[in-house]
Amino acid sequence: MSSVEHIKEGRSRPSFPWAFPSSLFGRATPGAGSPAILALLMLPGLIIVAAFFAIPMALVAMRVADGPDGLATYFVILTNDRYLASLIQTLVMSAGVTVTALILCGVCGLFLVRNRFAGRNVITALLTLPLSFPGTVVGFMVIMLAGRQGVIGSVTDALWGEKIVFAYEITGLFVGYLYFSIPRVILAVMASAEKLDPQLEEAARSLGAPTWRVVRDVILPGLMPGLVSSGAICFATAMGAFGTAFTLATDIDVLPMVIYTEFTRNANIAVAAALSIALGAMTWAVLAAVRIFVGNGATSGTGGGA
Amino acid sequence: MRRDWKFYSQLGLTIVLCLFIVVPVVMSALAGVTVNVFKGLSSGLTLRWIFEVWDLYAQSILLSLGIAMACLVVTLVAGVPLAYVLVRRPSRMMRLFEELLTLPVAIPGLALALALLITYGGVSGYRSSWLFILTGHVLFTLPFMVRSVAAVMAAMDMKMLEEGAASLGAGFWRRFFGVIVPNAKPGILAGALMVVTLSIGEFNLTWMLHTPLTKTLPVGLADAYASMRLEIGSAYTLIFFVLIMPLLIAMQALANRGSRASRRIDTAEDTL
Repeated sequence: MSSVEHIKEGRSRPSFPWAFPSSLFGRATPGAGSPAILALLMLPGLIIVAAFFAIPMALVAMRVADGPDGLATYFVILTNDRYLASLIQTLVMSAGVTVTALILCGVCGLFLVRNRFAGRNVITALLTLPLSFPGTVVGFMVIMLAGRQGVIGSVTDALWGEKIVFAYEITGLFVGYLYFSIPRVILAVMASAEKLDPQLEEAARSLGAPTWRVVRDVILPGLMPGLVSSGAICFATAMGAFGTAFTLATDIDVLPMVIYTEFTRNANIAVAAALSIALGAMTWAVLAAVRIFVGNGATSGTGGGA
Repeated sequence: MRRDWKFYSQLGLTIVLCLFIVVPVVMSALAGVTVNVFKGLSSGLTLRWIFEVWDLYAQSILLSLGIAMACLVVTLVAGVPLAYVLVRRPSRMMRLFEELLTLPVAIPGLALALALLITYGGVSGYRSSWLFILTGHVLFTLPFMVRSVAAVMAAMDMKMLEEGAASLGAGFWRRFFGVIVPNAKPGILAGALMVVTLSIGEFNLTWMLHTPLTKTLPVGLADAYASMRLEIGSAYTLIFFVLIMPLLIAMQALANRGSRASRRIDTAEDTL
């Protein structure tokens, strides 16, 4: 019985002379380290986050307020026509990419989960191929596809004697973000689709529901958490990404490019900082909203899909 | 199973999507070993461009690998204990800290880089060394490590394991390294693969943080795309594919194995 004694001993933690650190952590549970040990465990991460993230971010925020226009600089994104136009363009493009990716991947993801046929696994593997391509490589893929030497140009040249080239403008960026988003969304759709209960569908069908109603009332609600969280990631990526635009053309007027030019060419640090903070806040808000939404809708997997 | 027009139209769309993904990859891989892209494959195959890329960018490629390894070490040392505390003793403060920790994933790399530049840009020895880039990579990848490890730790019965070990007289450090860490291995492995992959491909932050002497692989890629001939850019991309592919395959194998235990690795959050 001596082991039981030990467990009991483990349960009654020695009371700590300083109550503060233990109040930082949650309820004491048997077997976990003492508050001092927990604090020590957290130390490296805490230092990294504080010194290289929290403090620099606070300094940037202060730097903006110290600028010639003071706190008004924060609203420059709304008051300056050029920034506002680029914000709207970025928002519209990001939303467009998100919707397109969700529709395409929704159909294909569901199809891949529902049907078994030769080559299915190969197709799935190929669709998730670009998962770890950085933005620059994605940009290069767009050039391969729709650039001056691209496939689309060569095909249209052979067919109609006219080269269609759209890589070096906003359309190319749209295609690039779609390229980047497809693997992510398709994985999320397939993960949710596997959890769908086919019996619900059978029931709906046997009650005489037409296909579109089955899709609207049974399949879509089931896929929703996956669609929403991967859609949010699509949107956030398209809002803040920089590598693809940088590879395609430096004069595409999306917000990250504007920030980059303000900082490097015009040395307008206050404005660049204000724009980055605005962009970061918007992206974070979208992700946080989705996390709350999905978190209430479904308690799926690792918690916090976004 | 009945196969009607619906099946074939969906199959068609899936194949089109697949071609959209694969065709540029194949084209760029071929362009990297073609003598002259403008003349096409008929001009013959060569490894000349690959060697030329190696001559030009070997340093960037090696630096990238070095930074990825250093980044892995730092995120392991900082991330695994952090995940343990977050899972073992959750509290309101801890959740706040977790939010702060994951913020660098949500906010654009450009903003993060700007903050680092404004704060530490004046520290010349640090600014011009590869450690500056490492800092950015650690900030960006640490949340992935923590989340991946925390997911596994949350799924295992840590309380029971630790109580058991404690009842056998194991002290905290013995329990941590002898019981907790080995049990969290799948999560640590998944996190490690994720961190290395992300670090090798990171561009948004790195482009702002790099100096002419501290160029990483993706910075070199951007440079090659902008100023070298198409064959060189393609050959460089091919080298990148060869580097990243084993990592990707390992990651997916791990994810497949994990999903059977109803766990999903979040691969979906890295930014472009």
